[in-house]
Amino acid sequence: MVTATALEAELLDIAGSVPDPELPVLTLRELGVVRAVHVRGADSVEVELTPTYTGCPAMEAMSLDIERALHAHGMREVAVRTVLSPAWSTDDITAEGRRKLREFGIAPPRVTRDPGPVALRLGPTRTLDREAGADTDAAAEAGVGREASLLSDPVRCPHCGSPDTELLSRFSSTACKALRRCLDCREPFDHFKEL
Amino acid sequence: MTVDLTTNAAALALGDDALVLSHRLGEWAGHAPVLEEEVALANIALDLLGQARVLLSMAGDEDELAYLREERAFRNLQLVEQPNGDFAHTIARQLYFSTHQHLLYARLAAGDGPFAGLAAKAVKEVAYHRDHAERWTLRLGDGTEVSRRRMQSAVDALWRFTGELFQPVDGLDVDPAALEATWLESVTDVLRRATLTVPEGRRTGAWRAGAGRQGLHTESFGRMLAEMQHLHRSHPGASW
Repeated sequence: MVTATALEAELLDIAGSVPDPELPVLTLRELGVVRAVHVRGADSVEVELTPTYTGCPAMEAMSLDIERALHAHGMREVAVRTVLSPAWSTDDITAEGRRKLREFGIAPPRVTRDPGPVALRLGPTRTLDREAGADTDAAAEAGVGREASLLSDPVRCPHCGSPDTELLSRFSSTACKALRRCLDCREPFDHFKEL
Repeated sequence: MTVDLTTNAAALALGDDALVLSHRLGEWAGHAPVLEEEVALANIALDLLGQARVLLSMAGDEDELAYLREERAFRNLQLVEQPNGDFAHTIARQLYFSTHQHLLYARLAAGDGPFAGLAAKAVKEVAYHRDHAERWTLRLGDGTEVSRRRMQSAVDALWRFTGELFQPVDGLDVDPAALEATWLESVTDVLRRATLTVPEGRRTGAWRAGAGRQGLHTESFGRMLAEMQHLHRSHPGASW
């Protein structure tokens, strides 16, 4: 285990404070995509960046923004390296990041990693998918690798907070989002889908 | 050295599958039946393109490999190069391929080979592609008389390209027979639930010399490549 130097911590902070090009309310640190910063020389630095999706078209813009920020901080040579492993997960989005997404009108992803004992709740889950029939939403979400605990946690409307929302499309304006609609306030909204 | 060469060959096979299917799905842009599908197919295409870039970069220069190879040098499955046809044909192609890719990547992700990192990343994306294809198969198969007829004709038409999915690929540490058994079970289950008849015909073409993995492609592939490559070839080294 290599301990990061104070300079590396400082540079990581700067790289992490760059806003996400597609969701500018979030910083790259809040999104959880800046993995590490390694100082390679007096004014040379390498940054490890991980994509949210393999084909994320924002990677180039992120790299350029990080380079610009670190150049401005006196680094002459900045190399941004893409790392795939371990794979990014929506669990890497910080609590602050989730709050900002909600404020921005995007339902944040639910936590998929097993947080320990799960409290059981009685009553129906209301993430309905009316087109495909009764049991399919739960079955399909389990089918795409979600933990069972996720199913008891409804996607809430970011506008009114209602848990009564329905899926309109699993793919939305970007690969990382699904399109849903609130059954109470009737507003459609993006949901940062769990990955 | 041998290890590197077989890794290269496998990266090319998987990378070409992803690249070619990505291009085919991209052809739906502006033509999909509803806006949501337009967006869904474009998103799936983008995921595949991202996977293709990683895989082709493992084998060499991604741009040279994508834009400057001739048809016979491509190693993709014939399934993924099949024309989009109607929406049912596209969904049948998606069902056959994404089920296979999901099962394959899950196995690669569990290993410690050169593809484990990418597979662990991509398997989560492909889970959504598979889910998308399965839902549409159910909806169209168990839908109206017309949608059922067209979905049946699509799964029948593409059935003969599904045998190639389980040809062993050098450099991939998976058991093709086990993969095939799981795939058949899953696809059969989806087709039955969609009230469709599981095709009974041969799962390979009559041509014995090989198929896509050996660089032998079907008629429409050349035209697809011409369109995909012409801009790059017309303006070598251009940038903007």
